[in-house]
Amino acid sequence: MTPYDPRADEQRLARERKKIVRDGPDLTGARLATRLERAWNRPPGLLGWLATVDHKEIGRRYIVTALIFLALGGALALVMRLQLARPDQDLVGAARFNELFTMHGSTMMFLFAVPVMEGVAVYLIPLMLGTRSTAFPRLNAFSYYMYLFGGLMLWGAFVLNVGPDIGWFAYTPLSGPQFSPGKRADVWAQMITFTEISALAAAVVLVATILKCRAPGMTLARMPLYAWAMLVVAVMIIFSMPAVALASSMLISDRLVGTNFFNAWEHGDNLLWQHLFWFFGHPEVYIIFLPATGFVSVIVETFCRRPVFAYPVVVLALISTGILAFGLWVHHMFATGLPRVGYSFYTAASMTVAIPTGLQIFCWLATMWDGRPRLQVPMLYVIGFIVTFVIGGLSGVIIASVPLDLELHDTYFIVAHFHYVLIGGAVFPLLGALTYWFPKITGRMMDDTLGKIGFWMIFLGFQLAFFPMHFAGLLGMPRRVYTYPAGLGLELPNLLSTIGAFVVGASVVLFVVNALWSYFRGVPAPDNPWGASSLEWAVSSPPPVYNFQHIPVVESRTPLWDEPDELPVVTGLRVDEKEMLMTTVVAAAPDLREPVPLPSLWPLISAIATGVLFISSIFSPWAVAVGAIPAAIALTAWFWPKELKRHPEPVLS
Amino acid sequence: MSFDYQKYQSAFGNAGVGNHQFLVLFAIFLAVCAIMYVAVILFLVGGLLRRRRAGEANVVESGRHLRSDPLMRTGLIAWGAVVGIGLVALAIASFITDRLDAQAAAQPKLTITVTGNQWWWDVQYNASDPSKTLRTANEIHVPLGIPTRIILRSNDVIHSFWVPSLAGKEDLIPGRETDITIVPQRAVIFRGQCAEFCGVQHAHMALVVDVDPYPEFVNWWQRELRPAAAPTNPLVLAGYRVATQRQCASCHTIAGTPAGGNVGPDLTHFASRRSIAAGMMPMSEGNLYGWVADPQSIKPGTKMPTIGLEPDELHAVVAYLETLK
Repeated sequence: MTPYDPRADEQRLARERKKIVRDGPDLTGARLATRLERAWNRPPGLLGWLATVDHKEIGRRYIVTALIFLALGGALALVMRLQLARPDQDLVGAARFNELFTMHGSTMMFLFAVPVMEGVAVYLIPLMLGTRSTAFPRLNAFSYYMYLFGGLMLWGAFVLNVGPDIGWFAYTPLSGPQFSPGKRADVWAQMITFTEISALAAAVVLVATILKCRAPGMTLARMPLYAWAMLVVAVMIIFSMPAVALASSMLISDRLVGTNFFNAWEHGDNLLWQHLFWFFGHPEVYIIFLPATGFVSVIVETFCRRPVFAYPVVVLALISTGILAFGLWVHHMFATGLPRVGYSFYTAASMTVAIPTGLQIFCWLATMWDGRPRLQVPMLYVIGFIVTFVIGGLSGVIIASVPLDLELHDTYFIVAHFHYVLIGGAVFPLLGALTYWFPKITGRMMDDTLGKIGFWMIFLGFQLAFFPMHFAGLLGMPRRVYTYPAGLGLELPNLLSTIGAFVVGASVVLFVVNALWSYFRGVPAPDNPWGASSLEWAVSSPPPVYNFQHIPVVESRTPLWDEPDELPVVTGLRVDEKEMLMTTVVAAAPDLREPVPLPSLWPLISAIATGVLFISSIFSPWAVAVGAIPAAIALTAWFWPKELKRHPEPVLS
Repeated sequence: MSFDYQKYQSAFGNAGVGNHQFLVLFAIFLAVCAIMYVAVILFLVGGLLRRRRAGEANVVESGRHLRSDPLMRTGLIAWGAVVGIGLVALAIASFITDRLDAQAAAQPKLTITVTGNQWWWDVQYNASDPSKTLRTANEIHVPLGIPTRIILRSNDVIHSFWVPSLAGKEDLIPGRETDITIVPQRAVIFRGQCAEFCGVQHAHMALVVDVDPYPEFVNWWQRELRPAAAPTNPLVLAGYRVATQRQCASCHTIAGTPAGGNVGPDLTHFASRRSIAAGMMPMSEGNLYGWVADPQSIKPGTKMPTIGLEPDELHAVVAYLETLK
């Protein structure tokens, strides 16, 4: 060790400063692209693939994994519909049926709906905001691996016949040690732990990215509505997930070390579970729905050829929905005998949430009214969304009323309601969004004819599958029954539902066929095939690894429409190392130049260590103590400080 | 008569005060929601047809796009107001109905305790005179037009008591006591079903509700108070011995006999009930044979074990059970 010599240090810094290469008028075009690629490309090969921190690669993996889980969850739904096609059938037994609906619900909520929304956001948000990477790219990779391992554990357990059979809501005491011996309930609870960590990590990444990484000039008031939706959603995840984390941890400790949180015979309380679960569970619905409203806003704008009507109203609707969502959970508990005055409050609160949603729908319809709608496939999905989702929203108003809910609660009316909300409200916009951004992600267009056939199949098949369920519920069919007796009038609605479910299943297969065919054989896509307004369409399809050669400057809400020839840019970011521009939270003024982490295997290793800890703690409480050691080592290695020397230049501009 | 109850498990039954209020309120909500839906669809169709005729498909609105149609701005405010007023009106209607329900339930004349078990209903009629207290299972008799309060408890997991044609549902939660009051308005036999997922045989946890005019209800109560019929012939006597000396007695009570188990349904007047295995099958000799011989293959997971009776024991037990009217 030589003693610190300030003069020598200054000289070293000056030498290093000279070596820095930046983008700018002197360095642009193909030469810049080569330099950027050298800095941003990850190492080739399997290890490089596993170590990637590129948000586009992680986002693609998120989306593909979530769609595989969608297919698996959908296949379970078809088996259930076969079992329910006729009364008194015994195609799958009662016990297996309970596993099926538990796996279906858990897969769709935790392994498909939330992750796919996060995955699309992780892919799109940096492109849409005009930046090169998400914030915390390694945390982003960790988030994906945790999600993947949670999903693999749940489905591995199901294949090995220890899949959970307690419903996706796992009400105690049925899920407690006394009534669910064995490991099925533990598998469910640990899957929750995996996915909640993953979702929290992704939410932190998204909040930081949206608030700090926007292109200069993209003030909060110029941010695309999709980014607003994801900002609200990410904040909601941060506030809601801890409730279910707490609940599932209490359940695990009840089961593992006998804590009796939910054991009524030892003064535990089963309604505590319901409060904690629904304090998460209700916002969860909006966590799935609000990203879809973001898709709708983007698609409506592009295909109606004008900006969304009343932008501030849409933003305020998103924020108020996000807040109100936390005040509604008791409407899942109207039949538990809580005080009636309290119920009236939750009726009013549940109805209130229809106001921001109603205003958003008005804004989209007004945009269509005032614009020139083009009925291409993404727009068809938006129209299907409005026609379908509004039915689900209105049936939601119906069941917000206590006297109505007491008849309809836990019946097929509810099954119809939330599938109208979740499929109509989230899956239709998602399919539209996948069609819309497919050319950006893959560089090829999806086939239009197959897309249109697929839309009509899923739209009509969905109505056939789920509309009759309203009647099944009113005719007295409770949820989660593996069969029903003949003679109650349930035969026809159930048969129609089964037929409709298979039409929906066929349409999903068609969507996959279309996506695969288009991926290999589709028409190559130009940069901006739909003539859209937001920044992701300014880069090539698919985007280069560094996203933007120069960071664009944004002067309006619709930059590509207002600067159709060439976007103004800022220059001066390093191109010899990965660096990105941070801007201020509200005004998006340039703030910091931030080095971007290199690819690393530590997120994967940390996820493996944490996964081993979680899975082995199903079997022994000691696993928590012992398993914490490798996890701690992995995290320490991940966060080990690497640069103790002074940076060659101040990062504050 | 035995199968009739299978027809009455509909929220359209309109046979009790609670269900009647539901139907009235449901109609109001449905009407308001239908109007809102039609408005949305008309606006959607109008918007889609309006500009498409202009034919200038790909032109983007020029300028900074912040201009919007003043008609639409007024429309937005009006829409917000209409939605708000509609919701307030519906909330008030809902609130009033809730209070009417509470009023109708205010002065119950009869109290029954229903305790949920995996997967059957234990029913107890409470009376100030302990000798009039009555225990039965899976079938409830209630008097016509008289508010009957049903106290709900659970011995294991959460269940939900739901007889759609009479009233809404209420959960049975271990460690808590809830209640629901029904005011039946038609003397028919109804079917109800557990509405909260409660384990393997959740689908087969039904109950029968028999609404009788008051005098008939009193007669029924009197009949139920009697102990079980004494065996009258050798076959029945043999069945009596099996039922009281084999495993049956450790779970089931048959009043007036040594069988005093407290884990399964009370069998004192078993044969007078309309169903076997909590509403799963109608009461018939054939079903009874199947159920007693091998409950685990009929209702897998049920707490009643298959005990492997010899054929002559089975004949005898079924003969005895059939006398328990």
